[in-house]
Amino acid sequence: MLSRTADSLYWLSRYVERADYLARVLDTATRLSSLPAAYAGTGNEWESALITAGCLEAFEEVYDVPTAETVTEFLVSSNRNPSSIRRCLEIARFNARAVRTALTAEMWETINGAWLELQGFKTKSLLSTDLPRFLDWVKEVSLRVDGSGHRTMLRNDAYWFSRLGIYIERAESTARILDVKYHFLLPDQSPVGGGLDYTQWTAILRAVSAATSYHWVYRESLKPWLVADLLILKEQMPRSLAACYGNIVANLDRLAEAYGRKGPSQRLARTIQTRLVNNRIENIFQAGLHEFVSDFIRDNAAVGDAIGKQYLA
Amino acid sequence: MRINIQHQITCAFDSPIPSLIQILRLTPRTYDGQFVRRWQIDVDIDAVLKAREDSFGNITHVLTLAGPFTELTIAVDGEVETQDTHGVVAGAQEPFPTRLYLRETPLTHPGAGLAAFAQDIAGEGSLLDRLHALLIGIHERVDVDTAATKAPAMSTAAEAFVLRRGVCQDLAHIFIACARSLGIPARYISGYMFGDADESRRDASHGWAEAFVDGLGWVGFDAANCICATDAYVRVSVGLDYFGAAPIRAVHNGAAAERRTIAVAVGAASVGQAQEQHQT
Amino acid sequence: MAFDEMYTAEGEIRPAYVGVAKWMAAVAPEQLERRRAEAELLYRRGGITFAVYGDTQGEERIIPHDIVPRVLSSDEWSRLAKGLEQRVRALNMFLADIYGPRNVLKAGIVPEDLIWRNPAFRPEMVGLRVPHGIFVHIAGIDIVRIDANEFYVLEDNARTPSGVSYMLGGREISIRLMSDLFATHRVAPIENYPDQLLDTLRSVAPRGANGDPVVALLTPGQFNSAYYEHSFLADKMGVELVEGRDLFVRDEVVYMRTTEGPRRVDVIYRRIDDDFLDPLTFRQDSALGVPGLFSAYAAGNVTLANAIGTGAADDKDIYSYVPEIIRFLLSEEPILKNVPTWRCREPKDLGYVLDHLAELVVKEVHGSGGYGMLVGPQASREEIATFAARVKARPEGYIAQPTLALSTCPTFVESGVAPRHVDLRPFVLSGANGIRIVPGGLTRVALRQGSLVVNSSQGGGTKDTWVIEC
Repeated sequence: MLSRTADSLYWLSRYVERADYLARVLDTATRLSSLPAAYAGTGNEWESALITAGCLEAFEEVYDVPTAETVTEFLVSSNRNPSSIRRCLEIARFNARAVRTALTAEMWETINGAWLELQGFKTKSLLSTDLPRFLDWVKEVSLRVDGSGHRTMLRNDAYWFSRLGIYIERAESTARILDVKYHFLLPDQSPVGGGLDYTQWTAILRAVSAATSYHWVYRESLKPWLVADLLILKEQMPRSLAACYGNIVANLDRLAEAYGRKGPSQRLARTIQTRLVNNRIENIFQAGLHEFVSDFIRDNAAVGDAIGKQYLA
Repeated sequence: MRINIQHQITCAFDSPIPSLIQILRLTPRTYDGQFVRRWQIDVDIDAVLKAREDSFGNITHVLTLAGPFTELTIAVDGEVETQDTHGVVAGAQEPFPTRLYLRETPLTHPGAGLAAFAQDIAGEGSLLDRLHALLIGIHERVDVDTAATKAPAMSTAAEAFVLRRGVCQDLAHIFIACARSLGIPARYISGYMFGDADESRRDASHGWAEAFVDGLGWVGFDAANCICATDAYVRVSVGLDYFGAAPIRAVHNGAAAERRTIAVAVGAASVGQAQEQHQT
Repeated sequence: MAFDEMYTAEGEIRPAYVGVAKWMAAVAPEQLERRRAEAELLYRRGGITFAVYGDTQGEERIIPHDIVPRVLSSDEWSRLAKGLEQRVRALNMFLADIYGPRNVLKAGIVPEDLIWRNPAFRPEMVGLRVPHGIFVHIAGIDIVRIDANEFYVLEDNARTPSGVSYMLGGREISIRLMSDLFATHRVAPIENYPDQLLDTLRSVAPRGANGDPVVALLTPGQFNSAYYEHSFLADKMGVELVEGRDLFVRDEVVYMRTTEGPRRVDVIYRRIDDDFLDPLTFRQDSALGVPGLFSAYAAGNVTLANAIGTGAADDKDIYSYVPEIIRFLLSEEPILKNVPTWRCREPKDLGYVLDHLAELVVKEVHGSGGYGMLVGPQASREEIATFAARVKARPEGYIAQPTLALSTCPTFVESGVAPRHVDLRPFVLSGANGIRIVPGGLTRVALRQGSLVVNSSQGGGTKDTWVIEC
């Protein structure tokens, strides 16, 4: 297939996934900021949301103070944020239109339909009364796009590239949350069960839609190291780093098999996967959670680059 | 006159480029007033150079290079024997009827200003008189830039005319635009000129115009130097304008900034006695 | 009074329209409106849109589709098809001639300056051999009708004619939304157009290509007004939809960049104008094209469809010579008539045109899309005066034709079903194995009452065109 087509499919997925993630980040920040300081902490949740979204610097070029209004506007619809939710969906649709022939009719209609619906949200109400409905809608769009792709696309390179986009983006998102919030997960940071930490742990789980899963996996009350374990190592949890890498490796292997050739991206991804599969959360804590996450973010970006060089250019 | 030409073109890029494709019109042909004794193009990177002839009768080479590389030098080395024919070109390849050279191109669109100027300056004399009047009129009106850092002609004839200054390409374009607006077929010539005394003009690659005069044929007019072409001129390629005859056509992609340095040395080995006749 | 394709002057229904009339009498207006809305929704959801030139918003619009079909009898069609085939054969021979031996010019059939000074003529193409001597692989010939017996050619489109996706989309609408009416007719199928197009393209592959030539469709990209059509056709043919940056030339061979490395391309169905194809040969500033493409083409390593320089056969000036060209090159009488045309560059014609502007349609020789034209009878005094000045300043840029009373067809409009003016663009494919035309074509309809301008960019709509046995 054309490299540009693969590139568009890959980024189409990444942008839809990113929009979904941003919606969750905003959801979480809204929730935390509505709690008394004793529960939510004195830190600025809105600033933390920007860091989690990876766009604090871009924000600071436009605004001075992160507040509910400025951050929401910036993350939802700002023209000056190259990856606001609105921009993400627009870029996704732009990519879809560029590769219509590689999409199924269902997938195209899903994305185009979402884009048409997006025109129906008026920026003003969207930032106030309509915000919860809008964020729910964004999450629903990602489900629809994901589902239509899963249900209708041929299992060939087009599908594999679009899946790779999802998992690379998702791995980055989960790692970012861990990067921003890791200090809440360190075992001896503060008295266990304090209201503040509990709220933060729940928030982390919510951001990766795993608040319920946690209990099914561990059948225990919230323990920070188990939250970390769930997000990093548990393959059952679809947003964990391990699950993302299981999928990245599987999709890269299918490509290598179909094309009869392996390259740097396969080798790199497998190295990362091995690190996740053969690891225990105790070891990660011992060596330093923060270092582990930083390394992961760097390596995940390297896999993205390798895929780009090997297939998309 | 026997003229030696060494022409070096170096393209340097700020960052390594993966590949490159260019079209070269760097090879002169032999005709009555010009005999190519030897001619060679070398590229300092492994490259395939395939010679073809374009529809105007120019010899072209497509240069394809696989990178990555950051610098490339094309070196032309040759020797040409010329005769003074008072600018008249005879025995050259002429695949097109002369009326084709009345076509306007974006670079040679006269606009109202140039057309009026041409009417006014050319006067009423014979065709040759009118062309000479045009040659002098343009030379007087437009200053010639001899800045060493000469960029490829990018302004149109009309723009250069308004600015009242330009490089040799611009003056040639103005001449062509004027001639065509008067109904005289005209075309662009790219080549070399052996400049004897003038030290300020080191770069000998040159562009001028030809106009068609019934009874004589194509005649070279160099508005930058205000003369008809002489045996100091080596004709390399013909086009409707600079773009059609350009020594190098390349794509300037924004990814890597390109600098081009051109160094040309032209030396007269000996003044030819024009003892040989070369009929083609 | 314009010729109506459904009713005779006496108010009787013509045989081809009997079924449509019966259906129209039976169907409730609300139902028509509902179907129209459904059709629009289908287009909108499918992204069957076009962008309008000069619209800086880049807004995507849909071309209104009128659900009432336009019907031609198979007799009418076979006459028309013969004429189309003859005309396209002549256009191809004409191009082969002007880029080759120039007999047409030597014999004085066409004035030389019309070629040499024609901006659409490409000197670069002279002497270049194209596979099977075919220049125009895809032609769109605009046909109008003014009475029961004659079809007139209004315009030849030999560059990159568009609209075929609307022809096929319209048929899809008929089948899905008008099944009650459709089922009562024996309509000649057109769905095989993409297959025929692919066959045509493969048949003109360069000699060096292997038995399974690779075809790609080259688009300027998604900001182009016809992008939907490009992606639609690529999809239906199962070929890659490429942009300039997906292709590169190495050693005079064209490749596309794929996830498995470079892949050779043999035939390019290009929907990019000549000017933009190759910045090393044509417009220097083109970012849409492929550097070196022309060198690969000249070397005979890739086929471009249509060939470069086909515009020299379809401007409105050359148009007026086509009947003479047919007689000279084919030694046949033209089957299809030309609309009488005054050439403003000829002083006698210019005088007539300037005296009769209020009655004539004046068009730019190189204009298209209904831009830059004057419809005399509908123009104000000021518009006529302004246009007269433009024509006087540059007479060679214009031609004029009588204002034709284009035929009308029943069309669903706000006030119900009413007659509206139509034209027809059949698509003619020329390949190594002959000429093929799917029955019918794209019917364009001027939705505004009394309007004669059917261009989609000027408020025109489309209709499905049925060729039926009756």
